[in-house]
Amino acid sequence: MTAVTMLYDIGLHITQSYNSPAIGARQVARLVPPTIPGEQEVIAAVLDIDPVPDERRDQRDFFGNGVVELAYRGAQESIELKMTARVRRFGFEPSLLPSPTIAALHAVIAKIRSLAPEAPHHFLPVSPRLPAVPAIAAYAREVLPPDIPALEAVETLGLALNRDLKFDPKATEVSTPVAEAFEARHGVCQDFSHIMIVALRAVGIPAGYVSGFLRTIPPEGKPRLQGADAMHAWVRAWCGPEIGWVEYDPTNATFADVDHILIGRGRDYGDVSPVKGVLRTSGPQVADHAVDVVEVEG
Amino acid sequence: MPQAKKTVADPSLAVLKQYCPPAGAADELLDASGNVRPVWRAFLDHLSGLDAENLAARFERGDQYLRDAGVFFRQNSGDAPSDRAWPLSHVPVIIHEDEWQRLSDGLIQRAELLEAVVADLYGEHRLVREGLVPASLIAANPRWLRPMVGIQPVSGHHLHFIAFEVGRAPNGEWWVLSDRAQAPAGAGIALENRLATSRVFPELFAKANVHRLAGFFRAFREALQAYNTVPDGRIGILTSRKLNQDYLEHAYIARYLGFMLLEGEDLTVENGTAMVRTVAGLTPISAIWRRLADTLADPLDLDSSSMLGTPGLLGALRDGKLHLANNLGSGVVEARALMAFLPRICQVWFDEPLKLPNVATWWCGDSASRAHVQANAQRMLFSPALSSRLPFDPEDDIAFGAHIADTLPARLEADGAALVGQEIARLSTSPAWIDGKLAPRPMSLRLYLCRTAEGWQMMPGGYARIGRAEDVAATSMKRGGSVADVWVVSDSAVPADTMAAHVTGRYPRPRVGTLPSRAAENLYWLGRYAERAENMVRVLRAQHTRLAETGDQKGPLHSSIAGYLTTMPLDAAKPMPGELLHTLNSAVRSASRVHDRFSIDGWTALRDIADTAADLAPNLAPGDDTARAMTRLLYKIAALSGLVHENMFRFTDWQFLTVGRAIERTAAIAEMLAHFADPAAPEGALEVALELGDCTMTYHRRYSLGCQRDSVVDLMVFDTMNPRAILFQLEELRGHVARLPGAEEFGLMSPLARVLLKVHSELAVQTPETVDTEALTDLVDSLSEVSNLLSEAYLS
Repeated sequence: MTAVTMLYDIGLHITQSYNSPAIGARQVARLVPPTIPGEQEVIAAVLDIDPVPDERRDQRDFFGNGVVELAYRGAQESIELKMTARVRRFGFEPSLLPSPTIAALHAVIAKIRSLAPEAPHHFLPVSPRLPAVPAIAAYAREVLPPDIPALEAVETLGLALNRDLKFDPKATEVSTPVAEAFEARHGVCQDFSHIMIVALRAVGIPAGYVSGFLRTIPPEGKPRLQGADAMHAWVRAWCGPEIGWVEYDPTNATFADVDHILIGRGRDYGDVSPVKGVLRTSGPQVADHAVDVVEVEG
Repeated sequence: MPQAKKTVADPSLAVLKQYCPPAGAADELLDASGNVRPVWRAFLDHLSGLDAENLAARFERGDQYLRDAGVFFRQNSGDAPSDRAWPLSHVPVIIHEDEWQRLSDGLIQRAELLEAVVADLYGEHRLVREGLVPASLIAANPRWLRPMVGIQPVSGHHLHFIAFEVGRAPNGEWWVLSDRAQAPAGAGIALENRLATSRVFPELFAKANVHRLAGFFRAFREALQAYNTVPDGRIGILTSRKLNQDYLEHAYIARYLGFMLLEGEDLTVENGTAMVRTVAGLTPISAIWRRLADTLADPLDLDSSSMLGTPGLLGALRDGKLHLANNLGSGVVEARALMAFLPRICQVWFDEPLKLPNVATWWCGDSASRAHVQANAQRMLFSPALSSRLPFDPEDDIAFGAHIADTLPARLEADGAALVGQEIARLSTSPAWIDGKLAPRPMSLRLYLCRTAEGWQMMPGGYARIGRAEDVAATSMKRGGSVADVWVVSDSAVPADTMAAHVTGRYPRPRVGTLPSRAAENLYWLGRYAERAENMVRVLRAQHTRLAETGDQKGPLHSSIAGYLTTMPLDAAKPMPGELLHTLNSAVRSASRVHDRFSIDGWTALRDIADTAADLAPNLAPGDDTARAMTRLLYKIAALSGLVHENMFRFTDWQFLTVGRAIERTAAIAEMLAHFADPAAPEGALEVALELGDCTMTYHRRYSLGCQRDSVVDLMVFDTMNPRAILFQLEELRGHVARLPGAEEFGLMSPLARVLLKVHSELAVQTPETVDTEALTDLVDSLSEVSNLLSEAYLS
């Protein structure tokens, strides 16, 4: 595969409305894509918030994701978040370097003396939303022999999960535990990704969660990708010091490529959830989101 | 010491006749040769002079103090917390100040070390880069809070108030068993134990040269005060909403230090400044003693499921506008496995060994340690590597190596990184009074350190955990262990020292407006529930008195009262309706959430009412029996009112309590008159109305005729000499509301004051003839509007 470059205009629109006004809302939004050298370049990105919050600050979290914290003093009936960005995305080139076998990975990791955000140590232990799940571990060990190189393991596992899990937007919710989604063998991109992360960790491959977008309209002659009409999620895995991190989309059984535009990286969904907020409201709340990722000609 | 051997003949040894410490452990009272340590001499002499009866009376005096002070041990197992007597072991642990100094030197070194470790884990990560701590051990620790990485504490330090659990090894030296660097509990316990124990041995305590504790707390308060940048501002203690053992201690220590007890929801953050929601609006706060687990402190940046925290609190730290003692994330050093690395970190970074060793620990994440613990499993205790629980916590998964020899290799192989092996610490013994004599029991000490401008200071005291049996695991309070005071004794006189002496001199009276809205809300509802319960009791008494007199269960008056009971709503068929018990419990619950503001006597009286009602409930017979029971409750409620309203300072606290009572009382009179003074009410209903309003005697003195509606209404609505008349109550209410913060702004009345004025004047211009049932019902509606406006303005 030759490396290609794609240019996109991205629009994301999230509307939150409350039946009874939310008082003193404070939220953090992880919606703005970052520039990552060699992977993607953000030419421009802006997050508009309506109504304009009383407080707003733009900062980066531990993993380097762009975070916007917003707060209102008074009561709000709705909050709209609108992100527009132009992003250049570089294609993924599969590495020709060897990766250690999964059995050897542990010793390799133990030598890395770093707690930097990219260090594999963050991504091997259980994380807040992803406990160890014996059934997933057993599945992973069945699919992956101990002498399989890590990079090959990622693809093998991804293909197996894509084959064994059914994509079903109605089956799960954001809060569905990973064990439950695996038990029923169904879910959306979040569940696919979480299951794959737990499986990779179980065999000793550091693995994390990636949130982002997919291009909305596929290139001619190619099928439309699952999840293109909403925010998407996929997996990153660490395959040894030479190769480093690779990203794999188990929902579409493919390495993340020019069609995948990244917003955030973390250990699981909780680290990158698009809007996290605390409201003092008695009524129910409704959130709606729409995504548009259009290829820019030329 | 030539006299040492002769102590056998000394009469003081009588109490030691059967004192026989187990072999293989050190003892606090006896040295290795079996001689009494000199520091215990005065205590033994004193004890020998007391006969069994005298001693029992003294122990009871200490226990009585604890009960009166509302100190009990609350265990949260299952759904409801259960309380039991505070497990005080009356015999203190006595330690000479020289030995204390050695402990202090060692623990101060360790405090500095922990500070350096925390600062590095949230800063440069040199420990990991230099290979002194494995990166994986930190990355896997849920108490290493990634959002805190890179945030500098405003004070320059992460740790300010920490504790250590230490024990004495068989060779007589001390071991650190556990590091408590997040939000250590129990400093209040140390104070309570001290007060109780000094009541058991008052004469001895006065002359035994025991170092006092107050200076330590004063130093800590001053250290916090240095970061209090808000003029007139107060220091907060951040607690959880859970009504557990820790909460009681926090309320106690808040009272002791004059701090404001805060829950997460009392705080909000605006542009990086932490603010307290008070009845006078948002008030900035800049220094908080954090007693809430750090992961729960901010649902936005930390555990998003936490209902106990404050969204944006971390932002206040990021902006350097809030001093938290201890900083968020400091719990990372409590992980047991870190003890395996601290000795070497100290050696490499400080260029000296640990002055006090910690219990020998191996983290089983590397193969050399795995081999070591495997080979020495018989001498080891295995437990979760990242656990920050106390040694021997029954909720931890702890196993003796000897018991898991079969499964150990497999566990080490599968997930060694999850385990630590620790050498089994044989604790020293200290005397406890058991079955009329001194008996040796295993003991560990909890010692507290605070950071002051001059450096770390160790509390000259603390508390000891005393084992129930000789089994060291039984030192846990959850397993029936007890706690004892720790006396640090000097050879010469020590200065007497109290907190109070300095409070009046140095601290100005705090503003009255700093009443958190949540506390005001609980006081307001406490006032309402207590009054509501009283009204219920009065109606029940009226019903059952008549039942006792006439035995009539079918007459129109009986039905009328029963109908009224149903609207309260009470089950008229039950002598002690569940709703009354429920209302009393609601009052207790409200009071329990303002433990720091409601008097101990008031709290005891309130609980006594609720307990009495619950005790009476199962065996009450309708009629006379119930009427008498209700009278009894009424007396107790009156006693509570007296305690509260005669003794409580007229701060804003009291205003809310009283406003709650007045609103409830006014509505109750209006509702009651609407029912019993209605033209359709049966014969005898007006007498009931007078009785419920406590006006029977006055009425008959004033009106020599029989009961007449208009004169009853006049007395109970319009008579401003009658404290239970509606107009009287409305006038009181207006007075209280006028004194609340923000009652009048720019010469304008608040919406609350306006509505109240309207209700008051509309009623004042009427006459008994025009106040009909409909007018009374409308008044009840107006009062609920008043309550809503009050909630909106002050309580949210």
